[in-house]
Amino acid sequence: MKALGKRLSRVGAYCRRNPKLVSGVSIILTLVLFWLIGSLLLSPTRAQPISGLPDQPPSLRYLLGTDSNGRELLAVMVVGTGLTLRIGILAGAIGLGIGIILGFISGYYGGLLDTVIKGIVDVLLTVPPLAVLVVIAAVITRAMTLDSMIVIVASLSWMLPTRTIRAQVLTMRERAYIQVARLSGMNSLEVIVKELMPNLLPYLAASFVGATAASILACIGLEALGLGPQSLPTLGMTIFWSISFSAMLRNMWWWWLPPIIIIAILFVGLFLLTAGLDEIANPRLRRRM
Amino acid sequence: MKADILQVRNLRVYYQTSLGPLKAVDGVTLSLKPGERFGLVGESGSGKSTLALALMRLTKPPGYIEGGQVLLDGLDLIKVSENEIRKVRLAQIALVPQGAMSSLNPVMRIKDQIIDGIKDHLKKMPGSALEERMHELLAKVELKPEMANMFPHELSGGMKQRVCLAIAISLSPKVIIADEPTSALDVVVQRQVMLTLGQVQESLGVSILLVGHDMGLMAQFVERIGVLYAGKLAEVGSVREVFKESLHPYTRLLIACPPSLEEKGQFKGIPGLPPLLLNPPSGCVFHPRCPQTTSRCSVKIPSLKEVYPGRWVACHLYTEVKR
Amino acid sequence: MSLNYLLRRLGLFVVVVWAAVTLIFFLPRLASERNPIVERMGQTAASAGKLGEGVGEMVKAWEAKFGLDQPLWKQYLRYFRDVLHLDFGYSLAYYPTKVIDLIIKALPWTIGLFGVATLISFLLGSLGGALLAWPKAPRFLQYLLPFFLTLSAVPYYLLGLVLLFLFAFTTRIFPLSGGYPVGTVPSLSFPFILEVLRHAVLPGCAMIIAGVGFWALQMRGMMIIGLEEDYIAFAEAKGLKGNRIFFRYALRNVLLPQATSLAITLGQVISGGILVEVVFGYPGLGTLLLKAVSGFDYNLISGIVFIIIIIIAVATLLVDLLYPLLDPRITYQRRVK
Repeated sequence: MKALGKRLSRVGAYCRRNPKLVSGVSIILTLVLFWLIGSLLLSPTRAQPISGLPDQPPSLRYLLGTDSNGRELLAVMVVGTGLTLRIGILAGAIGLGIGIILGFISGYYGGLLDTVIKGIVDVLLTVPPLAVLVVIAAVITRAMTLDSMIVIVASLSWMLPTRTIRAQVLTMRERAYIQVARLSGMNSLEVIVKELMPNLLPYLAASFVGATAASILACIGLEALGLGPQSLPTLGMTIFWSISFSAMLRNMWWWWLPPIIIIAILFVGLFLLTAGLDEIANPRLRRRM
Repeated sequence: MKADILQVRNLRVYYQTSLGPLKAVDGVTLSLKPGERFGLVGESGSGKSTLALALMRLTKPPGYIEGGQVLLDGLDLIKVSENEIRKVRLAQIALVPQGAMSSLNPVMRIKDQIIDGIKDHLKKMPGSALEERMHELLAKVELKPEMANMFPHELSGGMKQRVCLAIAISLSPKVIIADEPTSALDVVVQRQVMLTLGQVQESLGVSILLVGHDMGLMAQFVERIGVLYAGKLAEVGSVREVFKESLHPYTRLLIACPPSLEEKGQFKGIPGLPPLLLNPPSGCVFHPRCPQTTSRCSVKIPSLKEVYPGRWVACHLYTEVKR
Repeated sequence: MSLNYLLRRLGLFVVVVWAAVTLIFFLPRLASERNPIVERMGQTAASAGKLGEGVGEMVKAWEAKFGLDQPLWKQYLRYFRDVLHLDFGYSLAYYPTKVIDLIIKALPWTIGLFGVATLISFLLGSLGGALLAWPKAPRFLQYLLPFFLTLSAVPYYLLGLVLLFLFAFTTRIFPLSGGYPVGTVPSLSFPFILEVLRHAVLPGCAMIIAGVGFWALQMRGMMIIGLEEDYIAFAEAKGLKGNRIFFRYALRNVLLPQATSLAITLGQVISGGILVEVVFGYPGLGTLLLKAVSGFDYNLISGIVFIIIIIIAVATLLVDLLYPLLDPRITYQRRVK
């Protein structure tokens, strides 16, 4: 009990020194809470078309008004936040998973495999992600589901994690304790899991958040072009509908502004989280400010 | 007897740490005569480089100058304004840096790096005159004129150090501070650079404060020597006398145990580690490592006193002798 | 040896082009059974309201025209040859306009807007970031950074929507959409250019404001490390003026690495820019892409995507080839990263 208290106070002391991490975590948690509480209070069916009167401004009955298809926008925001977070986290996890596997293979074993993986990553990184996604999405437009969206977005979120992890593995591989572990008869897998992984944790966490942010960015971008899952009330699709129904010209601010605010909050939260994790990984950047 | 050109009085340079101030230079007093070669020796961590930089007020955070005076020809460098100290640097007191390999701007030609120092101190000098001056300087440090158009990475370590030397003398300063100018070079090049430094010093009549850890090198080059230990001067005297009869036990150990070639600045031969400056031992800082320690040593801090004319030492062994 | 580096770098460029063409060719064919021509014809027929016998014949004729009745590898080779001639065929949505003509019309708008906006945000951000790391810089910058960093986390086009609402819809200072007033004919006259600038302000600002923080953060990081170099300390010992140390010693040394990252992030910039155009109805590639997507014009989509990839590939190639020339430290074979 006492040990736990001591530990907590140490965590608390660290948090004071890394306000970015704390504010990033709290912002993301706030959004998760918004989704949780919203889902409990509002039925998700109210985010479907013709669940209310169309084009209603905010009122007591429709707290954030409705769109031209009669979706209740508060419900849309709740459901959309959940969907966006889900796409981002799942796609980010897939991207990180691929990144870990390829990064470790590439960095730890080196050789021809490394050259090939590094080459592919370098080529793909120069290609604008949205352009490729548009090609894929345009082909399957109407067949787009949440799952295919996740897979498509994840297919382009693994390059940066691969690159960072490879670079870190490369530098760590030569450190003394890894050499000792190798000489003491651990096999490669054991070295990777027991020695490398724990030391890479801050980098892995930062990579995960980065991949999640990139996935959400790509996903909202695709949706805003109208290439998302057509029947789901995601944040990006809401922006797409609000543009195609000229919500702004019709002065329906309650339609286009809320998704922007939520997306902005989400990205700021993810950004602070990444910055906070970076400080853990590279203490050198902490000085000054 | 000529007046001292550089007087350092009770200079204290501390580093801010989370555990309180670390006294890297703790009350150093010394002086240089015009044209004199003075050597400052000490182990790594003794505060000698910190002292050298503080003389030009180049101390960087977390370091800060706690107090004391640095009088250059009567002008207190610690007190003058930021702009004044900038004008004094290079023009009156110049530095030959420690890391010659990395002290030149990698993306600038040698000639521009020599000229820009002159430009920022002298008003309106025509381009041709600058060019001429730059070539004179190159010749003085025995570099070929075509090196003017080269970039630092095209030069060897010794050449780079000569460029730094050329820069240091470009405005004929009164004092040159040479902070381990040859520590990054191999032995043969070391000798050549030191030779050039000596020639330049003689022809300009400038005073040199040479900072280093190599007693042998010091013995060949300087006239007077100061031994620094844990931020305090242990002994000051002429090279000849200090080598013939060192007063401080630490100096004796330094002369008896030259540094190993592998680890520069680490005196392998002296038992014990340099004192932790943050939490120095009571009394004389050297007493835990001293072979001649007495009961007083752990209680009272010895002060630097002149035991014979021109021979200063901070050790309890001599406080009684004097009385 | 420099020839070796040159060849390797050119090789990478060829690989990128090849990968782009192959990806664009095979993706739709792998991902769906649907034939773009049938799809398109079906749509046209349905909208014209005459479903029935004639369609089959017409599809055949179109297929022959686009070479879709030949084996896949022949189609691939043919496609490759055409693409290298920048021939992407006819636009299905704007038949009989050729894809390349549509692209050529849109490209100057995109390059003009993105080029200028990116350059401004890069320069402002880099200078700001460098000053942030400089101890003698004015204090107020320290408070500006968090503000711009927050904005840089938000996608360009969302910022664009907000700007649009504030400065075009509510206050009507700037036009709501387009690249020039509806009904005017593009020309090189002074009033027209003024109008073009007026239309470019909001989309440009969206990109600049959202970009500044990113560049500033990156530059600040590089400067902090750069200022610890020995040559900065020696420059101070030389008694140089602050301005000279800042520009010629500190900034000059980190400017080149910063400029390379400009080329590397160009892909991201363009991705964000596509949507800025859509939001502002700007007559560039992004808006054209949206039209192509909504009209299921696969020829046009692939043409635009190919051009974008090529632009980025050429830009990174140029930077990689120029870098060693501009930085005396780097020889061709010993490149950083």
